[in-house]
Amino acid sequence: MDLLHVKRVYKNYADHVALHNVSLHVKQQSIFGLLGPNGAGKTTLIRIINQITGPDKGEIMFEKEKLAPKHIAQIGYLPEERGLYKKMKVGEQALYLAQLKGMNKGEATYKLKQWFEKFEIDSWWNKKIEELSKGMAQKVQFITTVLHEPKLLILDEPFSGFDPINTNLIKKEILELRDNGATIIFSTHNMESVEEICDDIALINKSKKILEGKVTEIKEAYKSNVFEIVFMGNMIAFSNALWTAFELLDTKNVNGRMHVKVRANKPSDMNQLIKTIVNDVQIISVNEITPSMNDIFIQKVQEVMPETLEEIEEEGRYE
Amino acid sequence: MLIIKREYLTRVKKKSFIIMTFLGPLLMAGLMLVPIWLAIKDKDIQRIEVIDETGTFINQFEDTSELQFKHEFRSIQDAKAKLFDEVYTSILHIQGEPNAPEVTMYYKKQPGFSTVNNIENTIEDVIRNIEFQQKFNITKEQIAAIDPNISVKPISINSEGKEESKNIAISTALGFGGAILIYFFIFMFGVQVMRGVIEEKTSRIVEIIISSVKPFQLMMGKIIGIALVGLTQFLLWAVLTGIIYTIIMSAFSLNDVQVEPSQAQQLMQSANPNLAMENPFQDVIDGFKTLPLVQIFVSFIFYFIAGYLLYGALLAAVGSAVDSEADTQQFMLPITIPLIFSFVVAQTVMENPDGTMAFWLSMVPLTSPVIMMVRIPFGGVETWELLLSMTILVLGFLGATWVAGRIYRTGILMYGKKVSYKELWKWLFYKG
Repeated sequence: MDLLHVKRVYKNYADHVALHNVSLHVKQQSIFGLLGPNGAGKTTLIRIINQITGPDKGEIMFEKEKLAPKHIAQIGYLPEERGLYKKMKVGEQALYLAQLKGMNKGEATYKLKQWFEKFEIDSWWNKKIEELSKGMAQKVQFITTVLHEPKLLILDEPFSGFDPINTNLIKKEILELRDNGATIIFSTHNMESVEEICDDIALINKSKKILEGKVTEIKEAYKSNVFEIVFMGNMIAFSNALWTAFELLDTKNVNGRMHVKVRANKPSDMNQLIKTIVNDVQIISVNEITPSMNDIFIQKVQEVMPETLEEIEEEGRYE
Repeated sequence: MLIIKREYLTRVKKKSFIIMTFLGPLLMAGLMLVPIWLAIKDKDIQRIEVIDETGTFINQFEDTSELQFKHEFRSIQDAKAKLFDEVYTSILHIQGEPNAPEVTMYYKKQPGFSTVNNIENTIEDVIRNIEFQQKFNITKEQIAAIDPNISVKPISINSEGKEESKNIAISTALGFGGAILIYFFIFMFGVQVMRGVIEEKTSRIVEIIISSVKPFQLMMGKIIGIALVGLTQFLLWAVLTGIIYTIIMSAFSLNDVQVEPSQAQQLMQSANPNLAMENPFQDVIDGFKTLPLVQIFVSFIFYFIAGYLLYGALLAAVGSAVDSEADTQQFMLPITIPLIFSFVVAQTVMENPDGTMAFWLSMVPLTSPVIMMVRIPFGGVETWELLLSMTILVLGFLGATWVAGRIYRTGILMYGKKVSYKELWKWLFYKG
């Protein structure tokens, strides 16, 4: 079932188009990756879902209902630009934000204490935000986002500002929240970072959605059928073995081991490749070279709107 | 509601608020008491040595509380040489014709303007007296006897023929006092609203909050919260000032006024010779009784709050449109100009509280809080004028809130962009 259905949404600002006919299906209890370069329209879409701003055209359904102010309490939002009141104490601030989301004070205090223990930060309760480091403040902010147990959690670039240890901690929390029933929208321009945790993704470029689907299916659809084989043995025997079904792309001799790249002429699986060569050479490893989300993105842009590719590369995807 | 509470509590808990709350009354009490204390304490008497070569002014100078004259019969050179060894603060050297003398003053300590003025007046009086005596044979005492002492009692008659007398001085003081309070309140707390908005914007927390509440609610919460802070502070000030003032005044009356009644009397006389005959305090109390106190109080509270809300909303819009406080100048100016302007023209309005300018300025919502407060104690404000002005102010406030809400909504999520007036105008008509 879809938790969120974005239907043909348009949004124009005075001088540019932010969203053009964007539709999305976000499944219940899944992690949905919203990917795209900076300025593609991700933040605008997120703001529309948060009802910070409204769409010019189109509508959004939340659990089969039209999105309305009453849904606010069921959404948790971690904006890309983080911030908290610098002069306010951590505990007070978290309580205030929780109460704004409609929790009562007792409940909020109880849950906050639990979270603070979980993250081992209970000693921060009476500190002011300005006394904390950036990473510490981020943790507090993450807690305030999930405290009211939202059905939908929207995280905009959630890992920026975290060190690798905390990134893993947060990743673990996100997966746990999903397993406990939450649906998560995950927005980022860093496409590699989400491959491993997203169930579905949508690619947005220049205000248009260019791709949507399950991560596994997309990878399957875009796979290049290229394999890298490392073996010991006779190169001629090897090429003879695969000459009809596979095309030899690249050969390297590294310390007596042959590193060879081949492409299957028809979609084929690894078993078949191994079968064809297993009698001729001694196989050390076989890897399928799968395209990264980044490669897929570029390939897709090339297909759909090649004129924008150069711009994207100039702006730099790896910020 | 929650927002109001937070805005209120975080501000009230601040150290600066507590310090200001307690320091404020001390400062105010100080402002009131220091002049009194100085007046009593200041026994800086000028001892003037008079060297009169014309011989006309001998024993003609009368000592006052600040000036003591002593005639010496010696040469001016001698006196000048000895000035630093003697108690005299200055030498008054008179020479030339008796009816048009040439007067020089040598001093070791710069005499104040009033001292010089005092001496000039004394000499003029003496010459006048001498002339009267010589030409018309009228003595000093005769002139003093016919010295008229008149104070005009202004009485207004309204359309129903009811007569009312008013004390202009008290009206002025009250009107001006009210205007100053409103002016400072609007400025202090209006700017706090703006700062609060900028703080939320720069710390980026605003995006989280407006994903929970409407921007308009956040803005109104902030404005109302800060208004409550202001009212709290104002009330505390009023109470504390009252307490401190009473304590010190009772201390004063015990020590000084009773021990040295003559001096206190003298002070009052020198301060206001016209009131010397009557009891000046009775006069003040009478003056208060004739004022429409209830009307003043009610309209003070109204203009106090409505004026603040109007400016608060506008300043909130300014705060939302800029990135940092340094950028606020260009938008602050058109908002603060009417306020400063009304404060400046308050003086003129006081001269003519029912004039055309006073009327129009008390109708325009941006200036009416200050100007109306100046006008009301003079009593010339008709009820319909007051109601009209209040209605316009409320409409102005609603309009300003609407405008501010629209600018706020868009501005608060705009970063890193210098905003022009043209853009602000466009924001007004964005759809939600």
